[in-house]
Amino acid sequence: MTIFHFISAFFSDSAHWHGYDGIPTRLVEHIEYSLIALGIAGAVGLPVGLLTGHYGRGGNALALLATAARALPSFGLLVLLFVLMGLSKLPVLIPLVVLAIPPILVTTYEAVRTVDPAPVDAARGMGMHQAKVLFQVELPVALPLILSGLRSAAIQVVSTATIAAYVSFGGVGRYIVDGLYQRNYEKVVGGATLVAALALATLGLFWLMSRFAVSRGVRGVRRP
Amino acid sequence: MISIEAVSKRYPDGTVAVDGLSLEIPDRSITVLVGPSGCGKTTTLRMINRMIELSGGRILIDGEDIQHKPVNALRRSMGYVIQNAGLFQHRTIVDNIGTVPRMLGWSKAKARERSMELMERVGLDTSMAKRYPYQLSGGQQQRVGVARALAADPPVLLMDEPFSAVDPVVRRGLQEELLRIQSELGKTIVFVTHDIDEAIRVGDMIAVLRTGGKLAQYAPPDELLSRPADAAVEDFLGADRGIRGLSFFGTEQLPLERNGIVAVDATAAQVAERAADLPQLLVVDVDGRPLGWADAARLRASGARNDTAGLLASGQTFRLGEDSLRVALDCAVLSPTGWAAAVDGEGRAVGVVSQEAIARAIREAHGRRGTAPVDVGAAR
Repeated sequence: MTIFHFISAFFSDSAHWHGYDGIPTRLVEHIEYSLIALGIAGAVGLPVGLLTGHYGRGGNALALLATAARALPSFGLLVLLFVLMGLSKLPVLIPLVVLAIPPILVTTYEAVRTVDPAPVDAARGMGMHQAKVLFQVELPVALPLILSGLRSAAIQVVSTATIAAYVSFGGVGRYIVDGLYQRNYEKVVGGATLVAALALATLGLFWLMSRFAVSRGVRGVRRP
Repeated sequence: MISIEAVSKRYPDGTVAVDGLSLEIPDRSITVLVGPSGCGKTTTLRMINRMIELSGGRILIDGEDIQHKPVNALRRSMGYVIQNAGLFQHRTIVDNIGTVPRMLGWSKAKARERSMELMERVGLDTSMAKRYPYQLSGGQQQRVGVARALAADPPVLLMDEPFSAVDPVVRRGLQEELLRIQSELGKTIVFVTHDIDEAIRVGDMIAVLRTGGKLAQYAPPDELLSRPADAAVEDFLGADRGIRGLSFFGTEQLPLERNGIVAVDATAAQVAERAADLPQLLVVDVDGRPLGWADAARLRASGARNDTAGLLASGQTFRLGEDSLRVALDCAVLSPTGWAAAVDGEGRAVGVVSQEAIARAIREAHGRRGTAPVDVGAAR
């Protein structure tokens, strides 16, 4: 049996499309975990990155924090938190948030910090308020890079959210964990395929977002 | 009027960028701050709109201390043009120009209308309105930068090395455009450059600063060229300052030989009757346009005889009253006969003048203006 047989067998089994262990349910769960984690990471990483980038300070502290966060193994953190906090969604979400913050924070900081200083100088010289300089001059130009940070965070979160299944939560990881336990490789491969498809869908979504959110004037030029 | 009174800028590390600088910047004229890098010219400019806070002295605009005004209101009352234009690359040209009007609460339609008007004013085709900055050349971007600074019609314009990043030909065009716009709008312009030629070309008044932020000389360009305050200023002005200074003298007073011209179909008798006692005469066509120089004795003997083949090229001509003495002298120096031909607005010859006569006119012009005579040895 090749991997393609596994995949076609998994997806053609109608039992996999219904009920609490059906693909739609697992996908919704998976997306839910990912969105919550990404939402929290964005709520922390974006404002901090924007402000530190705008004022050009705190870069070293950020880099240190990001490196430390990246060094934490998500799986280890999950198990530790599960043992400490018991059965709740928090032990699942915290490792995902910790995973997502560094790319968002660091790229947002870098994106804003490296915006061409000339338009910023011109804007200030025209009497534009600080907040407007940040949101109307720096942010639109920094947006492609900020979106790329969000994108890599999102893809990492989507792929890593499979670990929720280890502590008895749902998501697409369920198929992989259960399949391994039951030695049902059809299920394992099916789950893995779903994760890959979700990651690709995330990529596509961000591509669409940058098409619509980024000004043609910014897309047309290469940043110096 | 902008009064800069004993202004200093000292940084916490002890660097002195500007040291006790005092300047009176007159209204409705272009005042240029020029000097080598590190002379504090940009610092001085940026203290006027408080992009840099001064650490001593004060700056008054129409008698009002700039420190007493809210900083953003102060900045909105001045146009600000920087090197490389600093356009907002995510906004179209029309939106870039409309930035300050929109900040001041104008409606979108009104800001747009104003932007279009300004595009024409600075010599940009309005079909570019919907383009983005990256689609424009450096010179065009700088025009947009000037238009953006003029958008809310501020009385003061601050220009920080605005044309330094474009090539010399484009720079020349932008300088001429600035002078044209200024003749129409009459703004109070403070212009920073490190290029003394640019300073002389655009400035009504020039402040030469020296390293360490001290004023070396503050004078109109012709006075600066004819009477530099010291050796350092003289050195900064560079070679040919005498010749360059002639750009500020008109040709109205030149003693023209109006009889030094003969028509190409003139007979010997007509030549003898008309032409003055000159070694060479300027032959002109039936419309009065210069064709070339011919030997006076030959013309008096045999007439012009429609003979254009035997003429010496008339070379460059100068427009009487419009071109400067510098142009007239240049024509004379380049002429094969040592005489320059003057023409009117339509290109018709009105007279001829020798190098010697131009040299005398230069001395007289200096005498009238009370400036020291320049060395005109090159003219002889």
